[in-house]
Order: sequence, then structure tokens, then C-alpha cells
Amino acid sequence: MSVRRLAAEAIQPASFAFTAENLAWARMVIARYPEGRQASAVIPLLWRAQEQHDYWLPRAAIEYIANMLGMPTIRVLEVATFYTMFNLEPVGKFFVQLCGTTPCRLRGADDIIKVCESRIGPQRHVSGDGNFSWLEVECLGSCCNAPMVQINNDYYEDLTPESFNKLLDDLAAGRPVKKGPQSARHTSEPEGAVKTLLDPSLYDGSVVGAWKKRFEEEEAKAREAAAKAAEEKAAADKAAAAAAAENPKPGKPSDDTAGLKAADTPAARVADGKEPVHPAAQAQAADPTKAKTSTEAPLPPPVSDEHKPVLLTAPEGGKADDLELIWGVGPKLAEMLHKMGVYHFSQIASWNEMNLRWVDQNLGAFRGRAVRDKWIEQAAKLATGWRPDNKIGDRPAPAKD
Amino acid sequence: MLHDRDRIFTNLYGFQSPGLKAAQMRGAWDGTKVLLDKGRDWVVDEMKKSGLRGRGGAGFPTGLKWSFMPKQSDGRPHYLVVNADESEPGTCKDREIMRHDPHLLIEGCLIASFAMGAHACYIYIRGEYIAEREALQRAVDEAYDAKLVGKDNVHGWPFDIYVAHGAGAYICGEETALLESLEGKKGMPRLKPPFPANMGLYGCPTTVNNVESIAVAGTILRRGAAWFAGIGRPNNVGTKLFCVSGHVNKPCNVEEAMGLTFRELIDTHCGGIRGGWDNLLAVIPGGSSVPMVPAEQITDAFMDFDTLRNLKSGLGTAAVIVMDKSTDVVRAIARISYFYKHESCGQCTPCREGTGWMWRVLNRMAEGRAQKREIDMLLEVTTQVEGHTICALGDAAAWPVQGLIRHFRHEIEKRIDDYAANPHSEPVRVAAE
Repeated sequence: MSVRRLAAEAIQPASFAFTAENLAWARMVIARYPEGRQASAVIPLLWRAQEQHDYWLPRAAIEYIANMLGMPTIRVLEVATFYTMFNLEPVGKFFVQLCGTTPCRLRGADDIIKVCESRIGPQRHVSGDGNFSWLEVECLGSCCNAPMVQINNDYYEDLTPESFNKLLDDLAAGRPVKKGPQSARHTSEPEGAVKTLLDPSLYDGSVVGAWKKRFEEEEAKAREAAAKAAEEKAAADKAAAAAAAENPKPGKPSDDTAGLKAADTPAARVADGKEPVHPAAQAQAADPTKAKTSTEAPLPPPVSDEHKPVLLTAPEGGKADDLELIWGVGPKLAEMLHKMGVYHFSQIASWNEMNLRWVDQNLGAFRGRAVRDKWIEQAAKLATGWRPDNKIGDRPAPAKD
Repeated sequence: MLHDRDRIFTNLYGFQSPGLKAAQMRGAWDGTKVLLDKGRDWVVDEMKKSGLRGRGGAGFPTGLKWSFMPKQSDGRPHYLVVNADESEPGTCKDREIMRHDPHLLIEGCLIASFAMGAHACYIYIRGEYIAEREALQRAVDEAYDAKLVGKDNVHGWPFDIYVAHGAGAYICGEETALLESLEGKKGMPRLKPPFPANMGLYGCPTTVNNVESIAVAGTILRRGAAWFAGIGRPNNVGTKLFCVSGHVNKPCNVEEAMGLTFRELIDTHCGGIRGGWDNLLAVIPGGSSVPMVPAEQITDAFMDFDTLRNLKSGLGTAAVIVMDKSTDVVRAIARISYFYKHESCGQCTPCREGTGWMWRVLNRMAEGRAQKREIDMLLEVTTQVEGHTICALGDAAAWPVQGLIRHFRHEIEKRIDDYAANPHSEPVRVAAE
């Protein structure tokens, strides 16, 4: 915070009023904001008042604006003292705001400050001829062109003590000055030869509309797919209708009505000498959340072994990554993955969707986890060197329904 | 190096006209209606898929932020507010967008407003950017005249855009302080929740986005989420404006792919480090708020959110401040501490008192006029400021000091030893401000 107070009573003018032109402008600004929100215009109005009053705000102007906007005077006073660009005391005809923050300091703002001190005097002091006063301010947002100053409304950048001295001379003598960089630069491009943005096709209009091709292709593809689906459906309907026409009799009922011949029934399992219920199914049934997911999302069709990802016999470099950092992978799953030949985040990150599904179906009781928990996405993030804040990993955003 | 054809800000240096005609030749406002006709959900979905992370410093996914706005209006209007209060020391990218490529920003405002059901947008520019404000206002007027925006425009989405400005307060870059300022109050951050997406400007649902995040929207939608997501590294995708300042041979703004290495960035565009790579001391990679990284760690690091976070720093606004071995590193950080002391809004005690305290202690340390035990005391105070304030300014004031002590404690200790080894008369005590 900085302490900011109004100027001494002795120099405060008795009254303040906008000129007719500024008054019309103020009405226009107030109209920009929703009804009842005219207080929003306080900053632009104070700004205009400052411009009208030799770049400093007297108490009378603050009261005038409070009146105009129907705000308590203290609220406007708060705003005027909070925002540091409102000058509360007289400034020079050329008010130099010098950026003294670290990026400018690194490029030699200290030398520019010395020039100000020797030519103008201490900060917040108007020079004898009334031409200059200066103030060290915080970053002005022109760091690639440091060191720099703002004089009244304009930025003067890439300064050296010589060019700054010359600039002040020119201003005092009323000669025209160049705004912006005082070096050979145009704006914030690298000095000398610019290596980027040289492709003439960026500027000759050839980029206009070029992107629409992708949209058209996508739309055509979508239309084609829709047409194909409709065609297939029509064909299937037709075939079904034809079959129905050819074979009007109801189909012969199967003699296995009780499903006795199904391969994996408890009875069959007992006969084979196994547990009546598959252990994975048992585990799933024991956990209501899993049972729910299994009924909601039926298991995807099996993936053939051609989608088996590259598996290792031992971790690279002898040390496996801590796979438990993947959300949803615990000690048990990590052990299974190690047995399978998966040791590294980078390994998982390199899989495609089919690889993931192949691994998924070989996870036994944990089948479904790899896809559900987006292992590839998680591993890709971990492979960059990123680490979650805890030991169990960060939960990925759930898939949208 | 990124191909010219993959750059979004094709008039970054202002070699071309910023006017509407020239901007249209460069591809701005091209088929905006086609994009809007695809619908609100498509726009938000594409932005999500593009993986764009907010360019204002925090790196929050932009598409996700847009999706937080209520789908149906409850009678209150929705607002888009563009944060052009670019004040983070080291950062000077949004300025180039506003004065050289303003139509990309205005088009982005229309698209973003459409995506969140807003019919009005306020662009809040810092008070010092007077020429930029005028340039942007000119572009807005052009867009109104061409019926690209306005109550009844060619895009069929009634939309008004206003340029507002501040008057010199860094804190107004904090989104809720910005809203306060827009409402005509002191820029003091609000407590969250309620978040702006529910209660923002004038108590209505509001989204606040950085200039760069909004200005890239049009190009991303035109060229496709896949194009944008294909540049850079996983989770850190797309192109980004880097502002390189300090001790490099050619400081400049440049648009580059995220995740190029620091060395590539400096050698390709900035003509190398002043005095060669051996002369590099440390780098502040993301604006003054993030901790510095010493030379040996940053040289071959990827310039992206996740890599820099792992180096206990951050990409922030990608304002890269380079310091060579001639730098008085303690004084450099002390100056940053002064910045935060000056810019603290004074609302929360840890920040109001802590920033000034840290600055005074650091100033003494820069001279060596301190005790070694005070280094740990300073570190402890930073942790008491950090996380104990309404907004992140307290954190931002604490981190640079923590970075300094983490990497350059030996330098502070050396100064204290040097000072102690030489006789000094007792300094005159000065009362705290």
C-alpha cells in the first residue's frame, strides 16, 4: 500500500466543473453502464477531470463527480486515493513516470533515474520552469523494450541516458519527438533481422476460407455415415421382412430351455471341480458399486492378442516407476502389471485404445479398471515428470455419459 | 521453431495494419457465423478438446471455465469480462494483441460470449495503456460499423462490447478485484465463494478471461481442436506468447510452441544470453510472482506449466526475466518485494503488513546488514503470508522471496559475512511506514 493524500489546502481550487464538451462525454460514458450502476463510470470521469485540470485531481473535482454520480463523497475519495494514476498534487507539463521494477532495472533503469535526478530533481517535485516532474512507478508492461518511461500519455522505450536526455531536450524545446522505441526497433520484435512471421501467404488473403475444407469434409463424412446407417437399417429391415415372409411359422423352440447346456453355470463348474461361482464375479457381487457399473456398462467385446502391447521382462534400468501413483492402481494391481511386464508410465502412455483394452481384459477381477480410470491419460501426465500431491494419484475427471 | 503458418498472432510486431480490412486478410472474422451456427455446446466442447489452458497465469482450462456458466439464464444477464489489466512485471504480450491484432480479440469476445450466453462484454484495460485503449476502441468502432458486433449484427447474436479502463492498480488483475473496479469501487478482491460464474459483475454470472485466452479462440475453432492440441507437449498444448526481457541480447515478444526448451527459446529468438550461456545466473520464468530457477536447472527445461511447476516455479504468464551473473540477485528480489508492498490493496493483514516487512528485511540483506538467523525468520514469515490472504497477491509476494532463499541463501550469507567483517557505524533507525 502506498500512502496518498490530497494536496495542501493552500493550492486546492475553490470549485471545479466539466467543460460543456466533457460534460457531454461524461453523459455518454454513464449511459454505457446498466441502469442504477452509474458508479461504474467513476474511474473514467475522474480521469477526464484530471486531464481537464492540468493532470491532477483537486478535492473540488472529487466532490463534483460524487455529486454527478450520486455517490457519497467518501466513496469517490477512496477511489481517487486507491488508484495510483490519479495525481493528487500538481505535476509538470511533461509528467515522467519511470518504470523502476526489476525487468527495467536489469536493463539500466538506474541510469535513467540518475538523469531524472540530475535534470529534474527529487521525485514529486516540479522543475522550476514548470516543465517536468517525475515519479518512479511500478511495471508499465513494456518489459521487452526496457528501460522505458511514460510521459503524459505516451510510452518512450529502449532508452539510454543519451536518448533520454535528448528526448527531454526536445520536449522542453517543443520539437516533435518519436513515440515508442527510441532505438531502431519498430515495436517489440527482436532487434535486427526478424526471423518469424515472414511467410507472405499469411498476409495475401490465402488463409481466408482455407479452413472450411475440413468442416465440409467432416460434414460430408457425417452425412455419408448417416446415409450408410440408414441404408443398412433399410436392408436389414427388408431382410427381416423377407425372412419373415419365407418362414411364417414360429421358430422351433430350443430343447435347452432351461439353459442347462450353458458352459459356465454353477452346476457345470461344480461338475468340473471348480468353485460354483467364478471368484471374479463373487468379488464383483460383494462390492455394490462394482455390481452397479457392471450392470450399467456391459463388458466390451474381447480384444484379440494382436493388440497386445509391447511388454518387458524386467524394468528398464532395473527400477520400475511407482505405478500406484496412477489413480485406481493399488499394490495388488501394480503387482499384476509387473507380472504382465508393465513397469513404466511411458510404456502405458504409448499404448493405443486397443492395447489398453487388451490389458484391461487380462486384469482378472479388476477387468474394466484400465479403461474406466483412463490409464493412458494418467500415465501420459505422469510420464512428463508431473507428480500428484498424494500417494494414490489424482482422480481423472469421470467420463461424460 | 514453430512454423509461421501455425502462428495465431500474425501481426504481433505491428508491421501490418491493425485495421479491419487487413485483419480480415489475415483471417480474422472469417466465417465466424459458421462457427456460431454449430451451436454453443460445440464451441465449448471444441475449446475443451483443444486443451487450451488460461494464459493469464494460473493455467486453468479455458473450455472448462466457459462451461461453468449457467446453461439457462435465470433472468439475470450473463457477462464476459476480458482481463486486459496486464501488470505482472515482465509481461507485455496483451499489449501487442490490443494494439496490433485487436480484431482477433473482438472476434474472440463474440465467440466466448455466445458460448456462455452473454450479450455484453467488458474489456478492462490497465490505465497506463492509453494508446492501446485508443487502438482497441478504434477496432471496436470499426467492428460496429461493419455490423460484426452490435445489437443487430450479421452473426445473429445481439452483442455489445465496451472498453473500460483502470487507473493504475496491479491488484485489479485479480478477477474479483477487477469486477469491483468495473463497478466503480476500490479494487479489493472479494471472498470466494460465491464464484464469479454465479455472482460476478453486478451480481450476475460472469466469466473473466485473459486477453490471450480469448483472442486465440477464433483461430482454434477454425483450424480445429486437434491442430491446437497437436502443438506442444501432453497437457501443455498450443502456442503461447513469450515475453523475454532482461539480460538477453535481443529482448522480444514471440509466439512459440509450448514446451520448447529455454535454450531453444533464447537461442532462436533472443540472440542468446548476454555474455554467453556460462554467464547465466537465474531466470524468473513466468512473471515476477513465480520463484526464480537457477541457471543449471532452467537451461534445458521445457517451458510449460508442468515442467516449471516441478522445478518449484511456474509458467505464469510466460514472462521470462533473464538475469546474468552481473545481477545483484538479492536487490532484484528486494525490488520485486517493493512492488508487492506498493501494490498490496491493504485488505488482509498478512499481506498488508507482511509485504512491507519482507521488503525492509530484504533491503537490509541486500546490504548485508542482517543476522543469519533472520534468513530463516524471513522464510517463516513468507509461509505465514502465503495462503492466508483472500487473493493470491500474498502468495505472489511470498514466492519470489522463497525462491531467492531456496537457491541463493549462500549469496545472502556471504553479504552478511562481508558486512560483519568490515567496521560500520550504527545506522540511524528509521520508523516503519
